[in-house]
Order: sequence, then structure tokens, then C-alpha cells
Amino acid sequence: MVNLFNYIDRQSPVHKLTGAAKFALLILWMLAAMTTFCTPYLCALTVLAVLLFRLSKIRFRDVAVMIWLTLVFLALNNILIYLFSPEHGVEIYGSRTLLFAGIGRYTVTAQQLLYHLNVVLKYTATIPIVLLFVATTNPSEFAASLNRLGVSYKISYSVALALRYIPDTVREFHDISQSQQARGIEMSRKENMVKRLTNAAAIILPLILSGMDRIDVVTNAMELRGFGKNKTRTWYMGRKFSTGDILCILLGILLVAVSLSYTLWNGGRYWNPFG
Amino acid sequence: MEENNDIQNRKRTFMSEALIRFEHFGFQYLAQAEPTLKDINLTIRKGEKILIAGPSGCGKSTLGNCLNGLIPFSYKGEMTGSLTIAGKETRSMSIFELSKRVGTVLQDSDGQFIGLTVAEDIAFALENDCVGRDELHSRVEEVAGIVDLQGHLSHAPGELSGGQKQRVSIAGVMVDDVEIFLFDEPLANLDPATGKQAMELIDEIRERTGACVIIIEHRLEDVLHRNVDRIVLMQNGCITADLSSDEMLSTDLLKQAGVREPLYLTALKYAGVKISAAHRPSNIQKMTLSEEERRAVRDWYRNTETTALPAPDTDFLRIRDLDFAYDNGFTALQNINLQIRKGELLAIVGRNGAGKSTLSKVICGFEKPTRGTLEILDRDGYCDLSNRSIKERADHIGYVMQNPNQMICKTMIFDEVALGLRTRGVAENVVKEKVEKALKICGLYAFRNWPVSALSFGQKKRVTIASILVLDPDMVILDEPTAGQDFRHYTEIMEFLRSLNEAGYTIVMITHDMHLMLEYAQRAVVFCDGNILADDTSANILTDPDLVKRASLKETSLYDLALLCDIDDPGSFVQHFIDYDREVRG
Amino acid sequence: MSKSKFSVKTIVAIGIGAALFFVMARYLSIPSPIPNTTFGIQYSVAAFMTVLYGPVAGMLIAFIGHMLNDMAAGWGVWWSWVIASGVFGVLMGLGVRGMKLDEGEFGVKDAIRFNVVQIVAHCICWGLVAPVLDILIYNEPVEKIFLQGLVGGLGNILATAIVGTILCFAYAKAKPKKGSLTKEDSTEE
Repeated sequence: MVNLFNYIDRQSPVHKLTGAAKFALLILWMLAAMTTFCTPYLCALTVLAVLLFRLSKIRFRDVAVMIWLTLVFLALNNILIYLFSPEHGVEIYGSRTLLFAGIGRYTVTAQQLLYHLNVVLKYTATIPIVLLFVATTNPSEFAASLNRLGVSYKISYSVALALRYIPDTVREFHDISQSQQARGIEMSRKENMVKRLTNAAAIILPLILSGMDRIDVVTNAMELRGFGKNKTRTWYMGRKFSTGDILCILLGILLVAVSLSYTLWNGGRYWNPFG
Repeated sequence: MEENNDIQNRKRTFMSEALIRFEHFGFQYLAQAEPTLKDINLTIRKGEKILIAGPSGCGKSTLGNCLNGLIPFSYKGEMTGSLTIAGKETRSMSIFELSKRVGTVLQDSDGQFIGLTVAEDIAFALENDCVGRDELHSRVEEVAGIVDLQGHLSHAPGELSGGQKQRVSIAGVMVDDVEIFLFDEPLANLDPATGKQAMELIDEIRERTGACVIIIEHRLEDVLHRNVDRIVLMQNGCITADLSSDEMLSTDLLKQAGVREPLYLTALKYAGVKISAAHRPSNIQKMTLSEEERRAVRDWYRNTETTALPAPDTDFLRIRDLDFAYDNGFTALQNINLQIRKGELLAIVGRNGAGKSTLSKVICGFEKPTRGTLEILDRDGYCDLSNRSIKERADHIGYVMQNPNQMICKTMIFDEVALGLRTRGVAENVVKEKVEKALKICGLYAFRNWPVSALSFGQKKRVTIASILVLDPDMVILDEPTAGQDFRHYTEIMEFLRSLNEAGYTIVMITHDMHLMLEYAQRAVVFCDGNILADDTSANILTDPDLVKRASLKETSLYDLALLCDIDDPGSFVQHFIDYDREVRG
Repeated sequence: MSKSKFSVKTIVAIGIGAALFFVMARYLSIPSPIPNTTFGIQYSVAAFMTVLYGPVAGMLIAFIGHMLNDMAAGWGVWWSWVIASGVFGVLMGLGVRGMKLDEGEFGVKDAIRFNVVQIVAHCICWGLVAPVLDILIYNEPVEKIFLQGLVGGLGNILATAIVGTILCFAYAKAKPKKGSLTKEDSTEE
């Protein structure tokens, strides 16, 4: 069975929270981290995220692959930023503390390093939370959670349908691409871009047409069982909010509030130690 | 005593109460020039069990869609006459109102499985009715118990077998306490043993709920594993016969309409036995034959001459000590030793997940074996396949997927067939010549400049076969070549495959269809849990009760006929029938 | 086949469209020379389905598909790009209003319009929406972000132009024209 979403079923306080509360926290947490450049606050968020991770009983090796991918992504992004704008930090903080002269425009300044630290912290403050949400939330609960948070039940259900049909589509994709490979269609790097795209179409076309047929069957099946007849619906996987859930959402609101009040109090998003 | 009589009477009136009534009913789809249903008159009573049979395109699915409300709710068109359910005109009801009365189990149990898990799917209709959480959970438990799925509530569809998925579909409509169960081709995607269980479950549900059961299916013999009250035969949008199952089977109407009659009846007819309703021909287990009639069968068996087909003896493909395990550690094939001979027509059978499809993937190079070797006979003797890519293997071994729509990626037939050659850089004049040759073999030459979309399912299947043949393979592997086809299309496809075989191609078919295996495959290999359980003639395999049970196959009804007629060698009786039948028809 | 905004069919199309988008993004994306940027074949599917099901469906297909892919991939949810994907669906849908692909009509004129719209939509999304959001959130160097946007945008345009156009033509051909059926082959099999 393809476990694309890496949901890991364990007994932990984090698992016990409803998906809705966790999703709300995820959104609020990311909002808090995205809106600020206060380095100490980002550090605090990172520490808090790691603590929550410990609490969830998800082990490092459960998510090791994903973490490695993220680190590569992060490293490449930082390199690219530095290549394009080695003194970006100087601009932002309005001062220049040269540490090494470097080569040509590629200097090393304390401001640039702090900026890079901020970029890294933005990741480390949010990525554990996304991993945590994915690892501790049963995909089945996702749609019910969205509906709980005010998304219309029909749109919520389309998310459930996407989750339902992703594994089937993956399987079909593999079957089709294997049989097309036998006919000589290759997606390898040997071919030029246009050729590769045309070849991709030969795999995608049967997949899409079969998807279109599936839309008809699923629509019939859903209508035959009364989908859409009422203004609301209930969810087998829906759960009542517990105290923990309410605390979880309050935490999220608090995090955003801290982030915003810092910006207002500070008169800007940046924590600037350079005076 | 008197009270007892009263109950009996009440039961009788209950049974005789008309639940569904079609009166001069007709329907024409918006996009079509002619009506699909014409002057339908049919009454179905409470608690009845009806089989609606007929060839593809006869309108039986349309009739079903009129009952469940998809017509006119989703498919627009014009209705004439009257259709009432419990006295109420369906036209005045919404699809939601109808769905409370008519529960539909669709043919495609993957498409009907909407929830992410079994429990959510069963709960789906109740969720839409805004039933509270506690009741949702208790109802789901209860219904899952009835269809024996308690242990699977948190399973995703990918973790279930075809039979289990179908039981989820049944449970999903049962939660609504419907009065009518409508099954659209319930046997199409099931292996034979599971199909048998499905028919038993349908009977059980009917007894438990007292609901009326309507089954739309062309696999007559398999449906009749359990008794049905009536068989309604449809042809060209009309009902041409409406008889009790015993009466229907003592006529030739089904055969004339292109619905396959049970094999034991064909055998009895060959033996000169005249079948009447008094024989109770609808089920071989219950059928009664006089001593004289049984002797007639024995005489036919002993006194008619047949010649068996010669068995080829040169190995084309040799598989030695082959193991295969998926990345997650699941061992799908274990210690496989198999020789496929040049020019044979071989069937690979076994239940879902037994390893049949995995083997074909390993042969084609889609998956790499964990141990063992594969060799094919090339121009200069046997050569190892392990270093050949998927594309190189395809020059020798072609693979045809079950659903032609998953293979076709060009809009024009010629281009589709030419694709494999063009990707191999073959010159355009050679492409033209080879494509035309392949199209001629497949009987599609006249359509060479047509768009693929103009073809029927069977013709599309031929296009996919042509697109494989164009690469000049020695062997073609087909996954379920006739799935979902009615008898006429089945015969068309299989006769075509036989002609390819006669032209020298080695044909390997992966199938669930016992008829297909019996009629067309000289040899069959039975898979079970990743092992080869048997490798013998189809007739011997399907008359070995122990083997049949272990591999989830189904004994052929000819075996029961042989026992009924005191024939002590059922295997050769069955073989005799097949050879005789082939000679008569050929 | 009602085309009201939230018919059950539209909901199903969004779900299955998002699943297709996800699979394309995960298994068929072709890496570009610029790090963290790929040629998105998935946008050709989003564009094609938007022509059939309209701007709201298009927005949700791309948004949900992109969000789920980010969640499964583990690099965090890159909201700026997820939102830009959603905007692409909306712009595409508004631009191709009135096309009758669902009735099997797609000619050269439609193909030109489809491509003009997709180019404009991609340019706005990857040249404007995504970079501006990135600057707001991460304050990354403007040149870097625009280069990523440019390469990604061009890749997406190329993918949509080739694969998306092929999809539309093939779908139109596979779809039986209204009133041309004589046998019920579309419903019976």
C-alpha cells in the first residue's frame, strides 16, 4: 500500500487532538512564522516545534527522508540567495559589519549571516509542524476538519476525494507508463525537452481520459447515495472538540498575536541587533 | 392452526403486491436517434428476485438507471408511458427520494467506493442524511457485521479484494433500509469462487430484509448458482421473454438472443436429451434426469469421436527458480518454474493477488525478479533476458492491458498502431507496410483512417493488439482479454485470439473466466499465494475439487453433469465435450 | 450535465483533478536547471480541466493538488506558490469561458485562445503573484525570485502549450458529438 502522506498511527497527546484543531494550529503557526523576522521569536518557535515533535512520539527516523529532502532544498535556496545578493542583509539592516573581504562582491557580513539565519529559521520553525500534522493526522479526518473550520462541506469532500483517488491514480499511472515504455516511449533525460513533453502526453492522455470516465462513475455513485441533498452533512470521522483542542487553537492565536504585536511595537518586522 | 393459515395468507398477499410496475414504458436518450427502451411492460412484486439478461446494448442497464433515478436525473432524455414504485410515479420523485427505496450496487466497485476507508464508505449515505455520530458508528458496526466486514472497518480500498469491495458497496446501500436492491453486473470483476459467494450473500440479504432483488447480468450460469424467481430477457430495447428460470432454460430463447446457456445444457442437447421445465434445468445440482437420459449422455460420451488438438513441445520461454518480492517485503512470487511452449494457448488462473499479473510484469521486464532466470528462444537458441530492457523485451513479448483505454494514446488508428515502430526509428515506408499488415490480421484494415473514438470496446481491444503485433513479437500476454464482454463479443475476441494462435503466435491469457479457460486454453497454470499450484489441461484442473477449492476456482458444471450421469472419469468427459463442441462450431 | 458551480459532478471533478495534478507533480515533473524549480506538466492538466469545469473548479484543482503535494513531499507547504497555482486556475477559467470542449468542440481558434490565455495566466502567476508573495513572506532577493519565477513560468508555459493542447484536441475527438449516436455505446459499456 502506498503511504504517500506518511501518517504514523501511534498513541500520543498530539494524535489525540482533532484534525480540525491541528489544522487550525498549522495555519496560524505558519502565519505567525511567515509574518515576522524577529530572530529570537523564530528561535522560540523552532524550539517549541521540536518539543511538540517529541511529544508526538514520532521518531526522527520516521521522517528522516523528508528531513533530508528539506535540508537539500534549504541549502540550495540559501546558496542561490547568496549568489544573487551577497549583501542582501546589509540592505535590510541598514548597516555593514564586514567579517571577511571574500572575492569581489562575494563578501561575508554579519548582516548577511543574520539574514540567512532568518531564512533557515523560517523553515525550521514551520517544517516540523507540517511534518507533525501530516504524520499525526489520519487523512480520513482531513475533510471533516476542513468542514469544521468553515470550509463548505462540498469543497471539503473534494479534498477527501482527491485523497481517495491519489493511490488509484498512482497505480494506474505506473501501469500505463510501463506499457507505454514497452512500446518505446521513454521519459529519460536523453531526449530533448519538447520530445519529452510529447512523450509525457502519451502517458498522460490515457490517464486523463480514464480520469474523465471515473468522474462520471463516481458522480453517479455519490448521487445515488444522496450526496448534496442537504445544506450540511455529518462525518463519521468528525469528533467533538476537547479541552486540548481548544488550547491548541488558543496557542495558535497567541502565536500570531505575539508576532503581530512585536511588529507593531518594534515598528517593523526585523529584529535588528546592529543598532 | 387457523392463525397459521392467516399468516400464510398474509405472506402470500405481501409477496404478490406489485412494487415496481412498468406500463408501456419507453425512453430515448437526448443524443440518440432512436429510443433505447420500447414499450416495456413489467411488474415486479415485493420480495421477488429477478434476473434481467440480454446482450450488450439491449437496454438492460438503461432499464436499471430508470429504476434508480439516474435517468432522468443525470442522463437526459424523453420518457413515455409509466413507471411506478409502490404506486408512485418515479417522474415525480427526486433521485434522493428514489435512493431511499432503490439501492444500486454498481459494476465498478472501485468507482462506488467513495470513502477513504470501509467504515466511511458504509456511512456515506447516512452522513448525507445528517445522522449523528453515535448512530453512525452503531449502524456501521451493525451493517458491517451482516456482510462480514467487522475486521476491515479501517481498511482503505487498496487493501481489499474485489469481493470485499463489493460487500462494502452492498453494505453502503443496506444502511438505507432499501426495499429494492439493484445489482448491475455484480459478477463482472470477481473471481469464480468469490462470484459464488456474492450470489449466496445476495440471497442471504434478501431473506433477512425481505427486499426485492434485481440482478442485471449476462453470466447466466453463475447467477443461477442460487435460485431466481424469474428471468426477464431483453433484446433491442424490448422485453422478449419473462419466464420462470426453469421455463426459460427449457427454451432456446436465451441462446438465440446471444446469451450463453449453461454448459451442461449444451452437453445435454448434444446427447439428444430434450429439456423441459420438469427437469428443473436452472441448476445442475437440483436437476433431475431419468435413467434413460443419463444413459444417452453416457452413450454420447462413449460413442462419438473427437480428436484432441496436438500439444506443442518446443519451449519458447523458460522460467527457472524465480522469486519476486516488492520493495515493502511482500513476496509475490516464490520458486516459479514454468515453460511456455512455442505456439501454445495458455491460461494463467488464480484469485486476485495470487501472482498472475506479477508474473507477466516480471516477464515483460516491468519488475525485476529477486532470484531466478528467464530465457527465451531467439534465432540463435535460448538467451537470457536479465539484461534486456523493457523496450528490447517488447520485440519478443507483447503485453496487452485489460482496459484498451489505458493503452491508446493517439487519436487515429493508424498512428496508434504505428507508435511502437516510430519510437524505434523505423523508416516511414516500412512503418506503413507493417501497420497495414497488422491491421489486416486484426480485421481493422478498412478502419485504418478512422479515429479511435469511433470504435467499440472490442474493436479498441483489437487496435491495442495490433499495436503490439506490429512489433513482431513471438508471444503475446493478455490480461483478462474478455472482461465485461457479453457472449457475442467474448466469442469474437476469443475466436480472433485463436486465429492468431493458429497463425503461429504464442498466446498467454491471464483470466478469471472458467469458460474461457475451458474452451480456449489447451493448458492452464494455476497460481495460489505466489506459487504454481497446478499445471495441467483445463479439463483436468476444473474437475479436481480439491484444487478448485484451494485456488478459488469454480468447478465446471460439466463435472456435476458427469457425476449425475455416473461417469467415472469426469476429466476426460469434459475434454470430450470441449473437443466435440469445437468441432461442431468450427 | 448541469454546469452550476457546485453540482456533484464539479465536486468530483475537483477531487479527481486534484489527484491527477498531484500525481503529475510528483512523478512527471521535469527538473529545470534552476534549483527548486520544475517544469510543471501538472498545469497542463489543470488548464485542460479548467476549460471543462470552469474557473472555480480550476482554482481548487490546482490549489488542492499543489497543497497536498507539498504536504506529502515534506518541504513544508510553500503557500506563496500554492496560492499562485490557485490564481492560475481562476485566470485560466475566466479566459476560456464559453468554450464548448465538453461538447467535443475544439478547433484551431480555440487552441490559439487556450494558449494565449495560458501564457498570460502563467506570466501573471509566476511573474507577479508568486514573487510578490515570496518577497512579502521571505524578503528574498528580488532578482533570485524573479529568475525562479521566470524559469518556472516558461517551463509551465511550454508544458501547458504542448501537453495541454494535445489533451484538449484528443478529448474533443474522443467525445462523441451531440446527436451523432445511433447505439447507446456511451452508457452501456
